[in-house]
Amino acid sequence: MMNNRKIFDRGIRNISGCGLVGMINKNGVKVGGEIIKKSLYLLNDRGNGLGAGYAAYGIYPDYKDLYAFHLMYDSKKILDETEEYLKKNCIIENKEMIPINPKAINDSHPILKRYFLQPRLNTNESIHETEKIEEDDQIVRIIMNINEHIDGAYVFSSGKNMGAFKGVGFPSEIADFFKIDEYEGYIWVGHTRFPTNTPGWWGGAHPFTLLDWAIIHNGEISSYGINKRYLEMFGYKLTLMTDTEVATYLLDLLIRKHKLSIKTACTILAPPFWKDIDKCDNPDNNYLKKLRMVYGSASLNGPFAIFFAHKRGLVGFNDRVKLRPLVIGTKDESVYMSNEQSAIYVLCETPDRVWTPKASNPVIVSLNENVN
Amino acid sequence: MIEIDAKGIYYRDLNRLIRKKIKEGNKDIYLKNVKGQYYICDGIRGDDIKVIIEGIPGNDLGAFMDGPTVILKSNGQDNIGNTMTSGKIIVNGIVGDVCGYAMRGGKLFIKEDAGYRIGIHMKGYKNKNPIIIIGGKAGDFLGEYMAGGILILLGLTAKDNEPIVGDYLGTGMHGGVLYIRGSVDKSKCGKEVETKKLNKGDKKILEKLITEFCEDFSLNFNEIMSKEFTKLIPKSSRPYGALYAK
Repeated sequence: MMNNRKIFDRGIRNISGCGLVGMINKNGVKVGGEIIKKSLYLLNDRGNGLGAGYAAYGIYPDYKDLYAFHLMYDSKKILDETEEYLKKNCIIENKEMIPINPKAINDSHPILKRYFLQPRLNTNESIHETEKIEEDDQIVRIIMNINEHIDGAYVFSSGKNMGAFKGVGFPSEIADFFKIDEYEGYIWVGHTRFPTNTPGWWGGAHPFTLLDWAIIHNGEISSYGINKRYLEMFGYKLTLMTDTEVATYLLDLLIRKHKLSIKTACTILAPPFWKDIDKCDNPDNNYLKKLRMVYGSASLNGPFAIFFAHKRGLVGFNDRVKLRPLVIGTKDESVYMSNEQSAIYVLCETPDRVWTPKASNPVIVSLNENVN
Repeated sequence: MIEIDAKGIYYRDLNRLIRKKIKEGNKDIYLKNVKGQYYICDGIRGDDIKVIIEGIPGNDLGAFMDGPTVILKSNGQDNIGNTMTSGKIIVNGIVGDVCGYAMRGGKLFIKEDAGYRIGIHMKGYKNKNPIIIIGGKAGDFLGEYMAGGILILLGLTAKDNEPIVGDYLGTGMHGGVLYIRGSVDKSKCGKEVETKKLNKGDKKILEKLITEFCEDFSLNFNEIMSKEFTKLIPKSSRPYGALYAK
């Protein structure tokens, strides 16, 4: 369960394994989770049953302006302690146990509860009187506090009108456990992982989330140490002992806090080689040099294919030399991604186009402008 | 010809079934509804065996294969023909990455685009000479560490003047030959390759292989041959010889 969150469990290695699937409908048309479960099932052997998860967007239309917190707890005592903290710092509109089917998995599971809330803004959380604290920042602080300071409690989803569902098990077990076929989303991601050094813990499964970011990842972020130290300067706490966590917070920092475009963020995370920058003329040449110099500690080293979702889109991108597979399929207004082509054919029997993108071209898909 | 419906069959069971049918003497097999099953046709032997696949086979199709002909009616995934000894794989669509990895004989014909690291460390041995022909474009690291064999890239799917090769073309190459249809931007080539003009021998090889390729995919031979090819060969057979010792 969650007790395996010990420091020496740092050696979680995602080798070539891991199965990734993602889909988005650019018109915001929703589909039920059954199809993503079927698609990820095809990649079952890319995982070893020690972690799987899904995230979907548009699933809580009744609470769409509230942050939907998904928490896992080791015990009732920890739940009570956390709820005390939440009550102090948030206005909780509604709270309920996350509907589950416990028979779907062979093992024990943490207590799983969800809360629809908004932060209280006048608390002691502000660092400085003049610092303007935005709602999102307040929420991030609450999450970091819980994950770092309340042992045995972990916020695993926190966006508005979206939710992540993950744990220790095979992808179809986790899908059935969380009853994902009962949710309808216009963006879905699914992941099955292959950790080898640890028994796996519920929080270590993908997707990793923060606010409305959901990240799934195949590969190994060998720059974890550098990225972690860089992120800590900005107040992010890395508590989940899995390299993928840095990607989540880097995207939050670059896109939400520093207001960079998704394309720029991808260029920072997987920057072009100096030899390729040298081939560019100005202003690109200068611009790319600046990005590399300012954000050197934010680049990800190591083989990877990463999908990240947010409320208005889905992105798939690779390390610069594409050491992990990534395939895209499209049909009308839907876009599909996976690290195996056949998983796309489960999501869509007759795609219009299927291709493998070049490493330096992140595939950035957004909802159409007229969709709200 | 016997038909096997692969729908919903786990890859291990499917491959067991295929091998059983071959052992029973079936030489013509048609696989229907294949979707992502791994290791199909791996290690199977026999020049007279033919397998047709409808659907998308999973990774490592035809790995270590020795003799059979496998025809994919649509696309393939990654690692096709991995360490293949002999035989022929025909793909009527695109393929993913790392196909023909350490291939040591036989033919791999791909109608459309291919991904990264195609033909990585292809090698020949005595009378075995592996051949890969890609009808479309290829990604980075084409022919990386190539030690032998022939790799041909046609780029027929390219639009306007888009490049048909990626970066690091032939990086680490120390044997074999690459034929690229059209001209090649030198900056895309690895340090270990150099371009050469085609000689009579090259032209004969190309004509023979392109003829076969066109037959397999109903393409126009004259149209393909109307453009000049660039030949790339390794500068040295030991490109890293001085890396650790002078």
